[in-house]
Amino acid sequence: MFKSRDWSEFVITRIIKLTGYSTIIFVVLIFFFLLNEGFPTFIEVPFASLISDRWYPIEGYYGILPLLIGSLVVTVGATTIAIPVGLCTAIFISEISPRWLRDILKPAVEILGGIPSVVLGFLGIIVLSPYLRVLLNLPTGLSAFTGAVLLAAMSLPTIVSIADDALDAVPRSYRNASLALGATDWQTIWNVTVPAARSGILTAFMLGIGRTIGETMTVMMVTGNAPVLFKGFLSFLYPVRTMTATIAAEMGEVATGSIHYHILFFIGIILFLFSLVINITASAVVFRQHKKVEKILS
Amino acid sequence: MHKLIIENLTLRYSDGVEALRDININIPVNKITVMFGPSGGGKSSLLRVINRLNDLTDVDHISGKVLLVDDKEIAKDILDPNLDVINLRRSVGMVFARPVVLPLSIRDNITYGLEMAGEKDKNTLEGTMEISLKQAALWDEVKDRLDEPAIALSGGQQQRLCLARSLALEPELILLDEPTSGLDPISTGFIETTLQELKKKYTIILVPHSVQQAARTADLAAFFLQGDLIEYGHGDELFVNPQDERTANYIEGRFG
Amino acid sequence: MFKVNLSTPQSRLTIQKIGYLSLTLIAILTVVPIIAIVVHIFIQGFSAISWEFLTGFPKDGMRAGGIFPAIVGTFYLTLGTAIFSIPISIGAAVYLSEYASENRWTQIIRIAIINLAGIPSVVYGLFGLGLFVIFLQFGTSILAGCLTLSIMTLPIFISTAEEAMRSVPQSFRVVSISLGASQWQTIRRIVLPQAQPGILTGVILGLERAVGETAPILFTAAAFFLPQLPNSAFDATMALPYHLFVISTQVPGMPVNLQYGTALVLLLFILGMNILATLVRSHARKQRQW
Repeated sequence: MFKSRDWSEFVITRIIKLTGYSTIIFVVLIFFFLLNEGFPTFIEVPFASLISDRWYPIEGYYGILPLLIGSLVVTVGATTIAIPVGLCTAIFISEISPRWLRDILKPAVEILGGIPSVVLGFLGIIVLSPYLRVLLNLPTGLSAFTGAVLLAAMSLPTIVSIADDALDAVPRSYRNASLALGATDWQTIWNVTVPAARSGILTAFMLGIGRTIGETMTVMMVTGNAPVLFKGFLSFLYPVRTMTATIAAEMGEVATGSIHYHILFFIGIILFLFSLVINITASAVVFRQHKKVEKILS
Repeated sequence: MHKLIIENLTLRYSDGVEALRDININIPVNKITVMFGPSGGGKSSLLRVINRLNDLTDVDHISGKVLLVDDKEIAKDILDPNLDVINLRRSVGMVFARPVVLPLSIRDNITYGLEMAGEKDKNTLEGTMEISLKQAALWDEVKDRLDEPAIALSGGQQQRLCLARSLALEPELILLDEPTSGLDPISTGFIETTLQELKKKYTIILVPHSVQQAARTADLAAFFLQGDLIEYGHGDELFVNPQDERTANYIEGRFG
Repeated sequence: MFKVNLSTPQSRLTIQKIGYLSLTLIAILTVVPIIAIVVHIFIQGFSAISWEFLTGFPKDGMRAGGIFPAIVGTFYLTLGTAIFSIPISIGAAVYLSEYASENRWTQIIRIAIINLAGIPSVVYGLFGLGLFVIFLQFGTSILAGCLTLSIMTLPIFISTAEEAMRSVPQSFRVVSISLGASQWQTIRRIVLPQAQPGILTGVILGLERAVGETAPILFTAAAFFLPQLPNSAFDATMALPYHLFVISTQVPGMPVNLQYGTALVLLLFILGMNILATLVRSHARKQRQW
């Protein structure tokens, strides 16, 4: 009986370890596939053309600059809104609001998080963009701004919910210790609780940003899909095109193995690397604060 | 005669802290041996060596011999890396400072050790559970609510539950690390009385949470100071007439 | 003695009052639009909901009829995703929470997971297209879609499951080990059962995500219109989110209330799962034995 338990435990432990490492396998697999299909771009498209500011594949213009900038603009706009609002809401939910209110707010935020990107994009087309067009007197309501607003709405729940969980996980003893020293709840929040939840909150931000960069459907539906360069601050109110929307919109019409096909994968590689960089930065931040398992019961 | 023989035990953690320095001590069978002293003395570390719980922590260096002697006078070295630690932990029961009841019913808490060891016979489990609860002086209080979650018990009851839980495995040695530190005086008294009963059957090593408790319960007493064993002697002598000046100072409250 | 300059309790309390007020306003700013969105879709889409709508096939180029095949398709995709993703995720979560020591390889695993979480959904779509549809020759199929969605949802499942397991107090494990249980016994008997509600919540929320995703199935599973329901995992399928996308952007003269109706059905699916997850979570909080 001793031996058989030992043996099955051995097998189970090995399988568990394998599933853990499978995540690495998947990432590598994805990267290599993208690379495989996207790499020919370097051969097929001259570099100068690649970084030009004209994206018009039908006539052979493969400049990805407007797409890069389009993604950047929309992301920055969305993040500027989402991070402060998200953090404040998380703090409110976790530290300030009474129990009953929290039980309403938390589900409400999660509902927003569950609203699929198509639905928000759909509302963007039908409600928000005509509204903005009239309000700001623009030729079209489909713009980077519209996209940013909707994307902020999409990443907000990620930020709020993860930050709230991080704040909630801070041991009550920390707060009690602070209050026992005469600090107000407000001071305790900002000087004790939030710093203690630091790594979780930063993870929340990073995941929120990641969600924004990667968003496809909403931006495809409301940003106007015009691959133009960003000229000055006001361009924010005009159409742009993101990398993600480009892939989604054009993949269906592309012949397997053509230049266009390869360059769409190439853009996919860029997106992949973009998110890789953000994520490694985020995890570097998180790991620095990662404590070792404390000595048991000491 | 001796349950545990410790020779030249030295323990160092990976942060450089030398928790135990060349400890030599023999623990007699069927007696309560008390290990007392100010915090940082190495007492908890020593207990964790005995049931190899230190395997879960960052130990950098450990050397020496820790021999556990069974009733056939056969000794095995606890520090042997080939030792079956799981079996060891069944023979060495441990009660921690804060009562930690498993998130199970009272019944399942007690029978946990046996179930994990593979015991399936319901009668054996029930019978052992009743005996252990009686030994821990808890049976009368919980016999009608064995299926309730153990978390519902009071602090003192939980600690007695933890004691019963260890007793269910019929260990050779029982280690208690400040078992009454969070408890009220009545529960504390209860446990101390129980230990006096238990020593007839088991060997007990107790780390007390106060010198007074040490004096009350010790058959033998060992004074630890920052990793060194300073003095070791019979309880009724050591507390009245300590040989070492440091022991005297600690007992009389001049430091600690 | 030193002269200590302390702020007065009153000034600190005033700051607190102002701070609380600001945060409350911001929280309201977040919540009101959410409610408005949901209510709006409900109102506008309600008129389209009918038995015909829910169980019938699209007619007249989507402009009439029902969305039944899209509903069924979404259901199949979700089920398939759960089947592939859950076992791997729980395994990985157990490994990370209970077995892995904090060394370089573990860090790499964590980075891999965070990366998987960050990869844009459309890139998953590309990957799914390249690997499952083209290379493995599954074609545009439910299988390809499910496999793509599974990899995409791995990080969500893993991180919530791991979090749930980590929140189980370490003292339980120590006690269990000190009673002679092995590590796997401890996991099976104590950690996993205690983490179960948290894991379940994560699963529901992860699947909820999968339900609403369009980009990963765009090239791997989705079909514009199918006259009949899919017969096997190798068939393509319609799906709710894709359907909404198509009718709101590519069908001229599409009746607005049917668009809202589709959006509403999708939303109801999501809301239902959300409520379920919330119930599980709050039930778990009450049941906690620590």
